[in-house]
Amino acid sequence: MKRALHPGLVATLVILVLLPFTFPNSYFFDVAIRVGLSAIAAIGLNLLMGFAGQVSIGHAGFLGIGAYASAILTSSYGWPPLAAMLGAAVLVALLAFLIAKPMLKLKGHALTIATLGFGIIVLIVLTNEGRWTGGPDGMSVGPLAVAGWQLGNEKQWYVLVALLLLVAIRLSLNLYDSPAGRALRALHGAEVAAKVAGIDTAAYKVRAFVISAVFASVAGSLTAHYSGFITPGLAGFLRSIELATMVVVGGMASTFGAVIGAALLTVLPQLLGGLESYEMVAFGLILMLTMIFLPRGLVPTLRERLRRAGK
Amino acid sequence: MSEFLQFLFSGLTTGSIYAVSGLGLAIIYNASGVINFAQGDFLMIGGMATVALLAAGVPLPLAIVLAVLITVAVGACLQRFALAPAGDSDALALIIITIGASIFIQGIVLLLLDKNQHALASFSGDTPIAIGGASLLPQSLWVMGVGAVLVVLVAAFFRFTLLGKAIRATAANHMAAQLVGINTRFVLLVSFCLAALLGGLAGIVAAPITTTSYDLGLTLGMKGFVAATLGGLGSAFGAVAGGLLVGILEAMIAGYVSSAYKDAVPFVLIIVILLFRPQGLFGGRVIERV
Amino acid sequence: MLEIRNLTRTFGGVTAVQEVSFRIRAGTIHSVIGPNGAGKTTLFNLITGLYQPSSGQILLEGESIGGHPPDELARRGMSRTFQNLQICMNMSALENVMVGAHMRQNQGLLAGMARLGKLVRAERACAAECVELMNFVGVGRYVDADASQLPYGALKRLEIARALAAKPKLLLLDEPAAGLNHTETQEIDVLIKKVAAAGVTVVLVEHDMKLVMNISDHILVLNYGKKLAEGTAQEVRANPEVIAAYLGGAAAH
Repeated sequence: MKRALHPGLVATLVILVLLPFTFPNSYFFDVAIRVGLSAIAAIGLNLLMGFAGQVSIGHAGFLGIGAYASAILTSSYGWPPLAAMLGAAVLVALLAFLIAKPMLKLKGHALTIATLGFGIIVLIVLTNEGRWTGGPDGMSVGPLAVAGWQLGNEKQWYVLVALLLLVAIRLSLNLYDSPAGRALRALHGAEVAAKVAGIDTAAYKVRAFVISAVFASVAGSLTAHYSGFITPGLAGFLRSIELATMVVVGGMASTFGAVIGAALLTVLPQLLGGLESYEMVAFGLILMLTMIFLPRGLVPTLRERLRRAGK
Repeated sequence: MSEFLQFLFSGLTTGSIYAVSGLGLAIIYNASGVINFAQGDFLMIGGMATVALLAAGVPLPLAIVLAVLITVAVGACLQRFALAPAGDSDALALIIITIGASIFIQGIVLLLLDKNQHALASFSGDTPIAIGGASLLPQSLWVMGVGAVLVVLVAAFFRFTLLGKAIRATAANHMAAQLVGINTRFVLLVSFCLAALLGGLAGIVAAPITTTSYDLGLTLGMKGFVAATLGGLGSAFGAVAGGLLVGILEAMIAGYVSSAYKDAVPFVLIIVILLFRPQGLFGGRVIERV
Repeated sequence: MLEIRNLTRTFGGVTAVQEVSFRIRAGTIHSVIGPNGAGKTTLFNLITGLYQPSSGQILLEGESIGGHPPDELARRGMSRTFQNLQICMNMSALENVMVGAHMRQNQGLLAGMARLGKLVRAERACAAECVELMNFVGVGRYVDADASQLPYGALKRLEIARALAAKPKLLLLDEPAAGLNHTETQEIDVLIKKVAAAGVTVVLVEHDMKLVMNISDHILVLNYGKKLAEGTAQEVRANPEVIAAYLGGAAAH
């Protein structure tokens, strides 16, 4: 627990540095960047779902708000992209705080349903407020520029996303082994016990919700600038499910699980050639099979097996 | 007034669909504690299978019977091959399995059939019936009629048949039901079949109005979900009342306020209801034990 | 230390605890006994804020605390264990104990994410302290284990260690000896005495009469939610109503 240099983090760093040398063309960079962006959002959602055990199937709503807020603030109000990203994150944090307070009083199914409702409402608003969002057709977003210097090609984006991913992993690992992280995991494991240990479980749920929303928002803003064009689908139900799946398949409460989940669920559709039907069949199967055979998710299950083999 | 009546008809029609969808959810939730995200897909399968069978030259009545059977078979498979093997996993894992099943089913339908929207021909023509200045499509009567009959039959099934009582006993206390000799595994299977049966039938009678496509289940399932939650998850009566309420409110908002936001209505409603009455409109209070 | 005045709690039509009053002096071991369903656990849940009282008062060091949330009561120095174990199976044994020390640590989420030197040092100190506690209650050999790997008896002690990690003034133990064998029960006996000797006021719900009679300074007997008797071990043992309640109604008549 007291590792300044976490072996997993070092491994990730090495992989991130070596990976580009194996990429034959920019398409691979593109996929890697998308993996990274999803992983950042999944790491955030893992704080809520994996650590605190509060399931959200509406988190794409925050991703969508982050993306659109960045797009609108930069294009309609001329904000610099970084300021817009920050503004979007603050906006999302406020919104998440406001809805979290009442919503997280709900337990189990009720909470899941409420987050679902939230996600769908965001989607409907983004689709219908065409004046701002371009409606169902979407809107274009300018490139990410800092002080006149523009992030142009995939390689530069790769470096940025890789750095941010490492930061996100580090933050998540830090939190895991901190009093606050234990409090979150304790309220997941035995909420009553957490309460009688003096943990204000309601407040922690709200904080986890807000932080996970901010992760999603930042990932959304970056996605918007990177792709240059966004549609409401970014906030859709399937996108929310995809994020939750990344967390669950990778392994609840496992930071690297979220990263691996994001990689699997982003790369797999590419392998299936973008055929929607196969993609859905495969997605559905993966979800079901993981839950049936590896209910704790890939990373924790494998770690357990390795440890047992080592003994 | 006639305008109001028109919206009311339309609301009752869609409301009946939501009600039956919600009823199926409530049955499964009661028996197994699982929220079945694939409930809407039962409706979709009913509609799509009928369309496909008709296209293959099967006459309508036979197509309906076959489509319902297919839906029930899917329901049974979902329970037997996806949920039963997961055993005593926690509720979240089971929910995720049904989400996976829903996406899987949609993918299969997409693979076997196509991406298009299909409209089934109305069962009794399209000549509207004029009532109090509003017009009512014959198919709406079919939807409401079938919905009402299904609700009555389900109520009778639970009240009067041994199997129905066994399901209720299992819902009340799984362990105790097992101890008095109820085969709870069979009961779970039956609940899923029953929910699929309801979904399939509702999907078929609704298809001429809603049209049907592979991704229809998502919307219908979620509305059913809202209906069931609104009524207090697990209350059959609540699910039906909730469904009608959602349908009518949706139609009124679409008619008087904005049709763009009608789909948001149930979700705003559900959040509000959950916040102020987490046990739903008709659910009893739950005391937590430590 | 703790004073209960006319405490009542009803669930629907059932009165689980009815007009119960008693006092607990600081530094004593106080037992609550009674047949199954007498309202012992309900009483604990009321005292620790998990249930709201229907009526009556609970005073901790003179201040009314009835119905206050459990986390606030914990901060006022109350800690407890559970009859049905409430262990976080998703965490390691040591982490479970460290959860108990939560109140004394930097609780911020952002602080946790930043993990600056000060936090790291505090974490190390806390971990060392919690290892000590695990040794103290006799589960030291499970320091590196996941909670899910521990046997039942060890989990019971782990709960006690977690409760102690909060450095409570008042510790409530709900059937610490339930499900334990004879030797283990004797070890718990010694452990409770050790805890009390360290200055913690202990309240205990227990079925093991030998344990209760052996260690209690004061005993409260509940029956059907009402106070039946109260006093020292000798007084309670000699009380005809208590004997009747335990041996069945017939003996009283």
